[in-house]
Amino acid sequence: MKQPSLRHVLQPKWRTALQRLREERSGGAGKLVVLTVVGLLFWLAVFGVLYRMLKYFRGVEELGPLLAGKLLGLALLSFVSILILSNVITALSSFFLAKDLDLIVSAPVEWLRIYLAKLGETLLHSSWMVALMTVPIIAAYGVIYQGGVLFYGYALLALVPLLVLPAVAGSAVTLILVNVFPARRTRDLLSIIALGAAGGVILLFRVIRPEQLARPEGFRNLLDFITLLRAPTSPFLPSEWASRAIMNYLRDIPDPLPIFLLWTTAAAFVVFGALLHRGLFAQGYTKAQEGAERFVRGVFWRWTVGNLLRPLPVAKREFVLKDIKLFFRDTTQWSQLILLAVLVVVYIYNIKALPLFRGEQIPFFYVTLVSFLNLGLSGFVLASIAARFIFPAVSLEGRQMWLLRSSPLDLRALLWSKYWVGTVPLLVLALLLTGLTNILLQATPFMMVVNLSTICALTLAISALALGFGALYPQFETENAAQIPTSFGGLVFMMATIVLLAAVIGVLAGPVMAYVQAVNARQPVRIDAWMVGAFVVAAALCAAATVIPLRIGLRKMESFEF
Amino acid sequence: MIRLENLTKLYGSFVAVDDISLHVPRGVLYGCLGPNGAGKTTTLRMIAGILRPTQGRVLLGGDDIHEKPLVAKQRLGFIPDRPFVYDKLTGAEFLRFVAGLYGQEGDSVERRITELLEVFELTSWKDELIEAYSHGMRQKLIISSALIHRPECIVVDEPMVGLDPKAARLLKDIFRQFVQKGGTVLMSTHTLEVAEAMCDQIAILQHGKIVAAGTMAELRSQHQADASLEELFLKLTGGVHARALAEVLGP
Repeated sequence: MKQPSLRHVLQPKWRTALQRLREERSGGAGKLVVLTVVGLLFWLAVFGVLYRMLKYFRGVEELGPLLAGKLLGLALLSFVSILILSNVITALSSFFLAKDLDLIVSAPVEWLRIYLAKLGETLLHSSWMVALMTVPIIAAYGVIYQGGVLFYGYALLALVPLLVLPAVAGSAVTLILVNVFPARRTRDLLSIIALGAAGGVILLFRVIRPEQLARPEGFRNLLDFITLLRAPTSPFLPSEWASRAIMNYLRDIPDPLPIFLLWTTAAAFVVFGALLHRGLFAQGYTKAQEGAERFVRGVFWRWTVGNLLRPLPVAKREFVLKDIKLFFRDTTQWSQLILLAVLVVVYIYNIKALPLFRGEQIPFFYVTLVSFLNLGLSGFVLASIAARFIFPAVSLEGRQMWLLRSSPLDLRALLWSKYWVGTVPLLVLALLLTGLTNILLQATPFMMVVNLSTICALTLAISALALGFGALYPQFETENAAQIPTSFGGLVFMMATIVLLAAVIGVLAGPVMAYVQAVNARQPVRIDAWMVGAFVVAAALCAAATVIPLRIGLRKMESFEF
Repeated sequence: MIRLENLTKLYGSFVAVDDISLHVPRGVLYGCLGPNGAGKTTTLRMIAGILRPTQGRVLLGGDDIHEKPLVAKQRLGFIPDRPFVYDKLTGAEFLRFVAGLYGQEGDSVERRITELLEVFELTSWKDELIEAYSHGMRQKLIISSALIHRPECIVVDEPMVGLDPKAARLLKDIFRQFVQKGGTVLMSTHTLEVAEAMCDQIAILQHGKIVAAGTMAELRSQHQADASLEELFLKLTGGVHARALAEVLGP
């Protein structure tokens, strides 16, 4: 029997992707322009930073190419690590949980074709972002070392196997895990492991304080340094082969071995992956159909939060309880808290590591400046958290909207519940983050009050913006909540939040400057009409950024049709 | 109880529901029939307040569902054709949540939950997460949720899909008793035998319009005496020729 081509097996996927693209395009040129501009700006920023670094390296005799090679090796190594994690998680969906699997598995399609098609799907889904990220990096190397047009083709030749290897390895790990645990349990397990690992890496990276490596006094002599640079991170790492292949080409060193190693290893991996798939897929797929049966009493939340919310009307109370239960029962949701905790620790550690109180007395001006600008950074951290947890709130109701719309629940109550469920924890975090960093910075009481009240107002606004934009750009079709913040709406929300942060900090900069000048001149701080006016404007900005998005979100929700 | 006045729904230029007017009196089980894409689901979702009509209005117990949604929806229990519910809640928690949406709580709700779960044989599953439920069990849970607040009328889209024969029979009995006690049911179905056996009145939709409406006797007299509902349906909506079918199905 003639077997369908891989293109045919994957037809539902790529046709859906094409249709989405068409729908996005018909959605208006504005969206495309914003996405293109933001993407280009990001590429330019990466290219710019790398260009400057490589230009500097190029100017250094002997050491330059070694440093450039090392940098590329490290970048590729981190990409491979990310790719392995991301492939393990993606493979679980594409090989075991995707909706098209019943159709494909029940059709007379050869096992090898299913494997290759699903491997391709996994590879594309998990690697596109990393692949895009390598573009400005490779471009910077090509431009600085004058690699010519052919260099980009050669770089592609070196990078393709580097994407294939983690895809095969990730899929194989998933295949084995699914054979041991049910697929749904595996998903829970993987999300915890992946986020725990990512958090661990960030923490480790921060704790070893890489900024110290930049200090030459850390090495006993130049020879030690060169020896370290010459030695490959590991001769068995494919990322090392790829970086050697690229650097050898740029330095006109004829050495086909790295490319040969990359392609033969990738081919061998695919063969072994396919054999493993043949042996284990059928059993794993059967196990994947098992539900993650769980017996839950749910008394804890009813006794704690339920009793706490007793003064609220029953509909609001039940809604808040429901949202909290759903969050803590979904491992893919709460496990994000691990990463969040790590980021907060790193943030506070960074503030603590600032060289403000070492040695000579740092002027009062700098401490105040840092504590004030810290508002912007805290605001950004809060916005990222809101994007992850509050922005998807409306989208996640999509499939159940029939129930909410056919019941006498006032949509305002729904929005109210969503708003406070997201805002209260964010507010606690905001106060902790700002309070702690201000204590570490030894900020004055005046600055402490300004910072704490501003971050409170900003948090209320950021939550409202997240919920409002989430309602304005809902993603009802997405099953994975983690993908919702990376949508166009998520991007617009982040941009709007940055504008708000800049505006509020800009307005408050005046009074803060007046305060610093008064303290420096040893004069009493004068709270005049102008200073009060600035605080009122900042408060009005935050109030507007709270009320308007919620109103727009409510109106949008009233127009939802299902 | 349910009154539709010149109800129209457009999706772009496509007319899904075309100027429908219908009255379902209290104490009546009303069937809505029609081929796929006739506009049944769209009509029911407009009645439930999920979709906004392009024109016309829906009155539940005299109140416009879009002008006085909270009052009108309090009277309604809606059962959709696809059982999308919160996977991470248990059956009992889901019912408690729905009761809360209708402003109900306390011991009476707990008793009602126990009662409904017992009727639908879900008692042993009540503390199990819904993600472990089968399609039929989810459907039973949704039917329970539509009954939890003791509605005056039930709007149900394809009630028998996914139900085992026992549950299907149970549902028929529930609807009949509900109507006998003065409740109103408007249901869409493809199962003509069910419609013929259960419904007091029937409307047949085609291309978004009502092409026939009335009791079975009225429909027979309007079109052809002694014809079955199936024959009437095929006549009104355009049947498939048996010969053509045989050609398609042949080996």
